Amino acid sequence: MAYVAVKGGERAIDAAHDWLARARRGDRSLPEIGTAQIASQLGRAVDRVMAEGSCYDPDLAALAIKQAQGDLIEAAFLLRAYRTTLPRFAHSEPVETDAMLLRRRISAIYKDLPGGQVLGPTYDYTHRLLDFALAAESLEVTPLPLAAASSEDTPRVTALLDQEGLIEPSGVSTEAEPGDLTRDALAFPAERDVRLQSLARGDEGFLLALGYSTQRGYGNNHPFVGEIRVGEVAVELVPPELGFPITIGTITLTECEMVNQFSGSKTEPPQFTRGYGLCFGHSERRAMGMALVDRAMRAEELGENATAPAQDIEFVLSHCDNIEATGFVEHLKLPHYVDFQSELETIRRMRATATAATVATETEA
Amino acid sequence: MSGYNFAYLDEQTKRMIRRAILKAVAIPGHQVPFGGREMPLPYGWGTGGIQVTAAILGPSDVLKVIDQGADDTTNAVSIRRFFARTAGIETTTHTADASVIQTRHRIPETPLRADQIIVYQVPLPEPLAKLEQSRAETRQMHALAEYGLMHVKLYEDIARYGHISISYDYPVMVNGRYLMSPSPIPAFDTPKMHRMAALQLFGAGREKRIYAIPPHTDVKPLDFDDHPFRLTRAPQACGLCGARDSYLDEVVMDDRGGRLFVCSDTDYCAGRQSMRQDEDAAA
Repeated sequence: MAYVAVKGGERAIDAAHDWLARARRGDRSLPEIGTAQIASQLGRAVDRVMAEGSCYDPDLAALAIKQAQGDLIEAAFLLRAYRTTLPRFAHSEPVETDAMLLRRRISAIYKDLPGGQVLGPTYDYTHRLLDFALAAESLEVTPLPLAAASSEDTPRVTALLDQEGLIEPSGVSTEAEPGDLTRDALAFPAERDVRLQSLARGDEGFLLALGYSTQRGYGNNHPFVGEIRVGEVAVELVPPELGFPITIGTITLTECEMVNQFSGSKTEPPQFTRGYGLCFGHSERRAMGMALVDRAMRAEELGENATAPAQDIEFVLSHCDNIEATGFVEHLKLPHYVDFQSELETIRRMRATATAATVATETEA
Repeated sequence: MSGYNFAYLDEQTKRMIRRAILKAVAIPGHQVPFGGREMPLPYGWGTGGIQVTAAILGPSDVLKVIDQGADDTTNAVSIRRFFARTAGIETTTHTADASVIQTRHRIPETPLRADQIIVYQVPLPEPLAKLEQSRAETRQMHALAEYGLMHVKLYEDIARYGHISISYDYPVMVNGRYLMSPSPIPAFDTPKMHRMAALQLFGAGREKRIYAIPPHTDVKPLDFDDHPFRLTRAPQACGLCGARDSYLDEVVMDDRGGRLFVCSDTDYCAGRQSMRQDEDAAA
């Protein structure tokens, strides 16, 4: 066999992209899936891509999902790479989740409470039986009549605890501009604003697993779901020429406030503490995982012994971004033969030395 | 390419990166944090190098991109295409013709000149990362120039194996001050960094760090007086051009142990082959 230099990388790449496009389209005898269908019928996937892609745009997220053949991390990557090219012309006012138009609102720590428990569209009490009727196309659901949503603000569960002074005050808002890790490199020690930003766009599976690990004893902080709310909030902007806020649209958010037991430390009295989760779209798993990990990362601040992975701020923040993680893991597919060659030479030399040493000992004996 | 700025990044971002580069040049070997952006290529595939290249490219630049020393490896092709598409600049495979060379894992065999810039893609900019996980901690070690940990690692290597076992990404001292990762180039290439005439820039996209070696700066591999730094290279000559001074790739020819050793720097090898043919024709 003669040595053939690996030429033709360009042709190979073109051919691969062509093949990929055909694989994406799938069976041509079936109708092509539309991005509007994805946005409207695969909402949870769209929400995940918007959260991890750090960009609230259901239509673009749907396009990314279609383009990535449903690979949600790839889709989030597409959205991020697009997002980073967009100009920044303004900052919104902080969104007010107190005024959220609630679709769902539950508390696990009170049976009933002002504002009520609103179950909303949840899988929680479904029986996980494959619904074969769904496999049949054009199944029409007869909708139940919808009750009118309450337009009044719903008080926070944690505010009820706060009235009794049983929970730490919520984070103090400062005039300082919050950090932004999309503009500045992450630096340690990282403050809570940057930590929450990082978690809000972190990998859902990573947040879930780390949150789970705290429940199983790796940095336990005895969590209760104080409240989860899902719904729409208005995004407001103050144009400098007007000087007062105007609403530029609404977005769907999931918010989770965990209430955690805390027996007190040298500096803090016994009280409940908070873990906070907030994310784009409807994803309670993400918001809850985030709230658990947020609370775990406050270990040092609260004078707890920080020993578990979820409590290690550097560990969590350096590894929660799945775009970074997938890139670095998958880059191992790139050629490494130059380094491997130097390793080959080194290991050959080490083996030669070791063999010579063995032979020498045997001759002596 | 329509809809995008010259060389993809917007001018604000380029300015931010250029500031980081200037700071890096002013403090040779020091890692400067920068607000790295998501690029349309994945992290780990050269996003740091791409951002640095995008920030320094001008319309008259000629770009060469290599991966493992070769211009025709798929990732090198992909990055070269990216800039041909987004900046519309001229590209080349000839080291001597390039004004900017972006590289992964190699330094070209042909010595670089003062009018050239080499941009390294860096996966892990922190040379102490394998010895100390916390970046807060390593930052302090750099600030105090406290590199005893690395010397201990090298000493332990010698005690165990009789020699230092690092064969690539060999830690270097830059300008007698900062310990630096030269990126995963083979130890064979490390001496080329010493007092190189060209400006050397390093970009780590995922870790959001930029660092630099200005021209003619001292770059010394870490070693001991009685165990000086040693190069590793396959002892063979190149099977295509006969070079004995170049870094070689080992190509598996069959399943019976057949091997062919060829230059990893494809431009260098091709140049020598055509020179040989000319000589043969003249003879």
